[in-house]
Amino acid sequence: MWKFLLPFAAFVGLVVLFAFGLNPSRDIHALPSPLIGKPAPEIALSDLLDPSRAVSNAALKGQVYVLNVWGTWCVACREEHEALLAISQQHIVPIIGLDWKDQRERAQQWLQQLGNPYQAVAFDSDGRTGVNWGVYGAPETYLVDQQGRVIYKFISPMTQQVWEREFLPRIAAARRDGA
Amino acid sequence: MNRPARGSSIIAVLALVLAGVMGTFTAVAADQAVDANGQLQDQGLQKRFERITLELRCLVCQNESIADSNAELAVDLRQQVREMLIAGKSNDAIFDFMTNRYGEFVRFSPPLETKTLFIWGAPFVMLLLGGFIVYRVVRHRSGMPVDDEPATGPGTN
Repeated sequence: MWKFLLPFAAFVGLVVLFAFGLNPSRDIHALPSPLIGKPAPEIALSDLLDPSRAVSNAALKGQVYVLNVWGTWCVACREEHEALLAISQQHIVPIIGLDWKDQRERAQQWLQQLGNPYQAVAFDSDGRTGVNWGVYGAPETYLVDQQGRVIYKFISPMTQQVWEREFLPRIAAARRDGA
Repeated sequence: MNRPARGSSIIAVLALVLAGVMGTFTAVAADQAVDANGQLQDQGLQKRFERITLELRCLVCQNESIADSNAELAVDLRQQVREMLIAGKSNDAIFDFMTNRYGEFVRFSPPLETKTLFIWGAPFVMLLLGGFIVYRVVRHRSGMPVDDEPATGPGTN
């Protein structure tokens, strides 16, 4: 009896393991952020478009906002740009940009040519603010609630589907709980 | 009228020169800690630097440490480690800095905690299990007739 049951149990165990581990829809590069539920790291940088102005997330406390990390060197960021533009047209939450490890002129050109979905773009040339947010690739998109806590992080290009599936419900929940 | 003006301009020039000299000095002081190859001048710090960066995963390439990786993020994080070492931070403080931002995954050898007990314990459990199986098989076989002797008569083998 055991002779048959044991290999069978091992087989079932492997099937479960592989179903999880080899699932093609699971992005093995998407890591859980330790920042979830914690206060959002400070942003105090110069404005990409107007270096004399400062961009700070302290001013955003009390409202839900989205932080989108991008750079002109990032191919996938170009891919998601259309979606970001469309989302910004809906005027649901302010989208703040973090231009990560980039050149100012190129980034300014990028926004001029492709359109600007951001309420403000913080220019993080040395990437230190990005490191504080745990950024390890672009694009990354964070959701921050009214209390200034990070509630969600999405790694990969933003799409309308992702926005509706992952972001909208969380924004609604944050507004319900925070109000 | 002329004299005070000239005096103040001399002072201004002196101040500029002084500022320039001090600027160079501080720049040199900051540079002194690291040589042209990015090696820390302090041997002890350099040793710690090498150990720490080997322990930290490069999240861009995931199977490389930030000591081995050429990814830009790895370069930045190495610089971060250098600066923290120069600032006198402990190894634990540096690992905490990284795990607070990038999660436990950033460390190649996770610390022994209740939630990592399975990872650390699994090899020993496997060893015990394997040993048990070997024991069972050997005992089972020792009860069987020896069959590696040459066949002596009809009917065997």
